[in-house]
Amino acid sequence: MEVIFMVKKKTAPKKKATKPVKKAAKVTIIKPASKKKTAKQEKVNTAVYVNGNLMGFHPDGAGLAGRLREKRRMNELNYEVNVFYNDRTNEVFINTDAGRVRKPYVVIEEGKSRLTPEVLNRVRSGALSWEHLVKMGVIEYLDAEEEENSLIALSEEEISSNHTHFEVLPSTIFGVTSSVLPYPEHNSAPRITMACSMAKQSLGLYAVNFNHRFDTRAYVMYYPQNPLVSTDLYKTLNMKKKAAGQNFVVAITAYKGYNMGDGTVVNRNAIDRGLGRAMMLKTYDSEERLYPGGQRDKIEIPTPDVVGYRGDEPYRFLDEDGIIYPESQLTGKEVLVGKTSPPRFLEEISVFGVVEEKKRESSLSLKSGDTGAVDAVMVTEAPSGNRLVKIKIRTPKIPEVGDKFASRHGQKGVIGLLLKQEDMPFTKDGIVPDLILNPHAIPSRMTAGHLLETLGGKASALGGKLMDGTAFSGNTREDYVKVLKEQGFNEEGEEWLYDGITGQKIKVKLFIGPVYYQRLHHLVSNKMHVRSRGPVQLLTLQPTEGRAREGGLRFGEMERDCLIGYGASMVIRERLLEESDKTIQLVCNKCGMFAYKDQIKNKQICPLCEGADISPIEMSYAFKLLLGEIRSMFIFPRIILKDKA
Amino acid sequence: MAKASTKIIPYSAVGIVAAQSLGEPGTQMTMRTFHYAGVAEHVPTGLPRLIELVDAKKEPKKSIVEVHLAKEHKTKESQAKALAKEMESVLLPEVAIVSENMAEKRIILKLKTEDAKLLGVTMEMLKEAVKKTVGANKVEQRGDKISVRLKDDKEKEKPLKDLRKLTTKIKKTLVKGISGINRSVVIKDKGEYFIRASGFNIKDIMKLKNVDPFRIYTNSVMEIEKTFGIEAARNATIREMQSVMDLQGISVDIRHIMLLADAMTSDGKVKSIGRHGLSGEKAGVMGRAAFEETIKHLVNASIIGEDDNLVGVTENIIVGQTIPIGTGRIKLGMKTKK
Repeated sequence: MEVIFMVKKKTAPKKKATKPVKKAAKVTIIKPASKKKTAKQEKVNTAVYVNGNLMGFHPDGAGLAGRLREKRRMNELNYEVNVFYNDRTNEVFINTDAGRVRKPYVVIEEGKSRLTPEVLNRVRSGALSWEHLVKMGVIEYLDAEEEENSLIALSEEEISSNHTHFEVLPSTIFGVTSSVLPYPEHNSAPRITMACSMAKQSLGLYAVNFNHRFDTRAYVMYYPQNPLVSTDLYKTLNMKKKAAGQNFVVAITAYKGYNMGDGTVVNRNAIDRGLGRAMMLKTYDSEERLYPGGQRDKIEIPTPDVVGYRGDEPYRFLDEDGIIYPESQLTGKEVLVGKTSPPRFLEEISVFGVVEEKKRESSLSLKSGDTGAVDAVMVTEAPSGNRLVKIKIRTPKIPEVGDKFASRHGQKGVIGLLLKQEDMPFTKDGIVPDLILNPHAIPSRMTAGHLLETLGGKASALGGKLMDGTAFSGNTREDYVKVLKEQGFNEEGEEWLYDGITGQKIKVKLFIGPVYYQRLHHLVSNKMHVRSRGPVQLLTLQPTEGRAREGGLRFGEMERDCLIGYGASMVIRERLLEESDKTIQLVCNKCGMFAYKDQIKNKQICPLCEGADISPIEMSYAFKLLLGEIRSMFIFPRIILKDKA
Repeated sequence: MAKASTKIIPYSAVGIVAAQSLGEPGTQMTMRTFHYAGVAEHVPTGLPRLIELVDAKKEPKKSIVEVHLAKEHKTKESQAKALAKEMESVLLPEVAIVSENMAEKRIILKLKTEDAKLLGVTMEMLKEAVKKTVGANKVEQRGDKISVRLKDDKEKEKPLKDLRKLTTKIKKTLVKGISGINRSVVIKDKGEYFIRASGFNIKDIMKLKNVDPFRIYTNSVMEIEKTFGIEAARNATIREMQSVMDLQGISVDIRHIMLLADAMTSDGKVKSIGRHGLSGEKAGVMGRAAFEETIKHLVNASIIGEDDNLVGVTENIIVGQTIPIGTGRIKLGMKTKK
């Protein structure tokens, strides 16, 4: 089983593919499409389309489709040609173009498989290859359209007189991602979908040349492993070379409430030994830009006379060329690339008649909260031709409480507790689980495949043989039971465990065994965010939004409604005013306009009536802006003060 | 004690609480609608119906009316069926073929004998109905046909196009039944027969014989308001809302619904919730501007020089003051010696 899916390459020469069809057109009677076609002709005859273009009409569409397929099986037509007859609209579509997803099937003829025992024997002996089978018409590729004309049996046993094809392997009904999951036939369908989408988020060895790449953001797992229970397609897709997970010893039991609601308890010592360990690679870049007027940025260590100089400290890792040393250990907002830019506006000419060049600081620095070491530095050229510096930062990401893990059965969870190995339950052989999964995760989700994988993993580890979890054809529970029995283990996979703290035997047997777990790229260290004070927006003076800007969490309309409903006026005031955009504005008692304070005269003045009867008023800055906006539409709002009116 | 604990605390934000209590279950309402038997199958229930009630629509999407029989007849199915038939309105084109005679400026009506028989319409009834709409002296019977003249002898000549006008008028003639009632169905419930019909016309139904005039009900709140007044409309609103909630299996404290109905009916006419009703009549300019049509409210306020005395919750939040609700409403006063 080498090729399972095949998408015709876009570069495939069109001529070659279309030619045989034209030949076929000569053999059968296709009348050329003329403009004089009568309505009657259209009704009776089948329209024939080649690659979407109407070529002509044919009296017997279904027969034409059948004969064309026959020719393809006899290798008179290219095997890439697909024919579809739509009996509802009475049209035949012949497709030879690129971009169709096609899948191989074994051809059935008159209720009998073309893959006869003789053919099979010749394949076994090596006399026939896959290509031979395709040329012989034993195997044919169907596209999505032709599939509609066929009845496909799942296995050879199911073949009836109506069937036209059967699956090469029953497991090929799954797509690329789901084919890698073990025992999907034992899981509920939604969990398979979830497992597929989570497998895409797993950390592993995403590219073998990751060391030479400068990806904006990438994760690499330190010690990825291949699963003990894998599938056929896992090997076919060469996943062995880019594994994304590790085999965890999983015990299923509750643990003191630390694994409630999809939490998991993880062995701290296992993590210290490298379990789930990964690193994050993040690339920063800085370009030496050109400005109109011939000015340009300069990558250098800024001198103290540069506008916006940050002090000596942040520049301490810079080499004399202004670029940071590789392997510098970064902890805060250190500068990675020192850079100065020309001033934004032209400076005034100084007394001596020379333009004083005041440079502006525009260094690239580490984002707040980021830490790590400089992994690599690259100096190159941007598409614009400017000098470009790329800095790759490497941050180890050791699993911690809150990090997300998932098995290949849609069973995801976060670490709720890192437990010392000595406090963890252990078996009589001294096996300590890496992860404790809550039993409540199983029944309602119906992921029996997870349990079967545990059993398979255990049999694999004890028997020293990798197991196969391919859908419909993998190892069965009986295979595993046999191995476990041989090794003197409980055939159900259950074992007596002892409490690591008290040393007492746990009263029930626990289900324990290795399961392939993936670490997903939702790491707390990249998400955690708190704020007690911090930056505000320039326009509204309200707190900024988002983790990247050290922002606050929005106290929205519905939250506000809840406090109103509760009658907690003072809390609302605190959230919406005191902890947000409170200001004190001067208001004229006479005309209701905002006043200002003249700092030189040290006097409060109303700009409208020039009076000095002014009160300081506490209000939200947003309100002050609102009044300004209203004024801008030629409406004059006046603030009338109760005790002054 | 129990009574005291049900009392609402002074300065509670009952409106917000009612809105939340009705709104939250509203999000859980299924789109699945339940069906009535027979007539008025697509009466909106669930969220669409709730919206309809709150918007104070002139007429529900599908209105129905329920008519109960007078005490002595309520167990008689035949009586109920007869009444149901009596109520159903029959328009002229259903029982007669209308044709125009341009030359003589006449309209000829020919009874559809079979249809008429089925609907219980006689030639006499048809004649009477036509007489009512066009005037007695224009109508005459000619064998199995009824002829309507465009003008009677006293009137002067009319143009031909008036003939078509008259035809359309005749086609709208109610031959039998109660206007507005379309289809009716007899339903048995708890040993009692009653009629459920689509449409509404309480006034005319009350006049019918054998009808219990105290037990006529319609889902059209506006019709109830028209016939029985605002208090009845309030009760109808409450009842309709409650029935929607019950049907969905959602329990909401009736006081929330009552508050809503009170707010909608408090000034003597049924108001909607929204910019054309309750929210559009708020006291403060800023409160209204914060809701919908901001610019319209601001501009209008500036034209008439409106004051906002900051009495509402929204206004005070905008300005940045303590809101006059709950703890924000309580003020401490101190008497000082003069």
